[in-house]
Amino acid sequence: MTLAEKILSAHANQKQVMPGEFITVRVDLILANDITAPIAIREFGQLGLERVFDPQKIVFVPDHFTPAKDIASAEQVKLTQQFAREQGTGYFELGQMGIEHVLLPELGMVLPGDVVIGADSHTCTGGALGAFATGMGSTDIAAAMATGDIWMKVPPTLKFVYRGNIKKWVGGKDLILYTIGDIGVDGALYSAMEFSGPVIDRLSMDGRFTMANMAIEAGAKAGLFPVDAKTIDYVKPRARRAYKVYQPDNDAEYARVMEYDAAKIEPQVSLPHSPANAKPVSQVGDIKIDQVLIGSCTNGRLEDLRIAAGIIKGSKIHPGIRCIIIPGSQQVYLDALKEGLMEIFVSAGAVVTTPTCGPCLGGHMGVLADGECCLATTNRNFVGRMGSPESEVYLANPAVAAASAITGKITSPEEIIK
Amino acid sequence: MLKGRVHKYGADVNTDAIIPARYLNVSEPAQLTRHCMEDIDRDFVKKVKAGDIIVATTNFGCGSSREHAPLAIKASGVSCIIAQSFARIFFRNAINIGLPLLECAEAVANTGAGDILEIDLSGGKIKNLTKNMSFTATPYPDFMAELISAGGLIEFTRKRLASRRHQSEV
Repeated sequence: MTLAEKILSAHANQKQVMPGEFITVRVDLILANDITAPIAIREFGQLGLERVFDPQKIVFVPDHFTPAKDIASAEQVKLTQQFAREQGTGYFELGQMGIEHVLLPELGMVLPGDVVIGADSHTCTGGALGAFATGMGSTDIAAAMATGDIWMKVPPTLKFVYRGNIKKWVGGKDLILYTIGDIGVDGALYSAMEFSGPVIDRLSMDGRFTMANMAIEAGAKAGLFPVDAKTIDYVKPRARRAYKVYQPDNDAEYARVMEYDAAKIEPQVSLPHSPANAKPVSQVGDIKIDQVLIGSCTNGRLEDLRIAAGIIKGSKIHPGIRCIIIPGSQQVYLDALKEGLMEIFVSAGAVVTTPTCGPCLGGHMGVLADGECCLATTNRNFVGRMGSPESEVYLANPAVAAASAITGKITSPEEIIK
Repeated sequence: MLKGRVHKYGADVNTDAIIPARYLNVSEPAQLTRHCMEDIDRDFVKKVKAGDIIVATTNFGCGSSREHAPLAIKASGVSCIIAQSFARIFFRNAINIGLPLLECAEAVANTGAGDILEIDLSGGKIKNLTKNMSFTATPYPDFMAELISAGGLIEFTRKRLASRRHQSEV
């Protein structure tokens, strides 16, 4: 069995599962945010139950429109907070809060071998830890809060193998944008992606989170990384409950195996309006921008901020460019502060905000006007994603974003750091 | 039997187009539906009538997990969506809330905007009355059919909970 099949069969109490089979799986963690929780809570109310199945396994992270951007958002957050208090579930208030997919792994709440379901499509980020983590809707979350399990159709697994020597300035973001560019936004529809190969072995945990995070952008149900020593080093000091490591079988059956030579992959930029419009940065041409956003559940971790600061240090943000830096969690914020990264950003003329999803989905803290163009380290560049339907979003890694913030146009980091 | 006029779209209609995130500070379907399809078809809200049908090509509903997307479409009066394929989370969400979906590449290829379709959901039969053509959608797997006939996931779960209680009492 593949890694996904191993985890799902264990959680369905079955010896084996086959792709296409409908199963009911136990869940280890259920999550929702300030946008999706209110509907889940309303639907849970329809079931007429007094208590959720297990408050320890449910967590709400108000991260999308927080700090509350308007009265309506504040009401949604309040409703979620009240339900969490009544039921005794997890809830992260401002000050403890982070972007859910940065925060929960960091706190050891997502662990290897887990089945995690979240009312947020980027729940698949947890796959970096060898968990089966997948996004669902609010009604799914409501049902699971009642029963502790959920129905799933076992996905076929597609295997992605990366070999060769990775180029300078190429990271997890570039590998995944390149892959989505190759297979398309529905290239892994209904499937699990399993990432492996020597390049993945050498990739940092932060790089793996970035890749797993964007599995949904290829239509996948989950994006999983087999557990290795790096995973265990990450998990060990964080885990506060037992976990089980599953490995794919050597004779596992994959629907398709894709192999990539990483030596041929340059830093990638996805042009508007699809993550699959990926091009090497050298071929993007002269694209002037108005804003740079470094952050999000995709690239808001410490390694991302270190890379960006390494490029910005000693330079100034280009006049007329708004450069917004969003650390993914309070811990990332604090670590970056202690390392002096925040001083580099602020003295260069960037702004640093509290952790939030905010501008990534056109919520607040950096929404785009008609005709404006943003280079973002986020995950989606659909029409109107960051604001006006007449605005444009380009996706790239933190190094390209930092270099572009200095020049005011989409720029390869090689042009700044010679 | 459903009957309605077709609104036709292409590939990868994403949830940001169906209901932009800037409107997600509320969750009532009646409020959400005022902005349904706004970033892909600004006049949709003015044009749509109860019973209308959305027809699209591949990967309909890709992107975010927001259930607000099928809720907004359902509240607009749309009776069914026919596509070549649906994004996974959107598919779950629609089935869970009782918004009918059908996968039928042939119907998509032979249907244009403004055509009138008649749909028999139980057999997956689609009739294009404008073009006088008939199609059969991919049948639902048994489990999904059970979920749909229960009236969505909440009703399905209510039944499961009742049968659990019954078992523990016995």
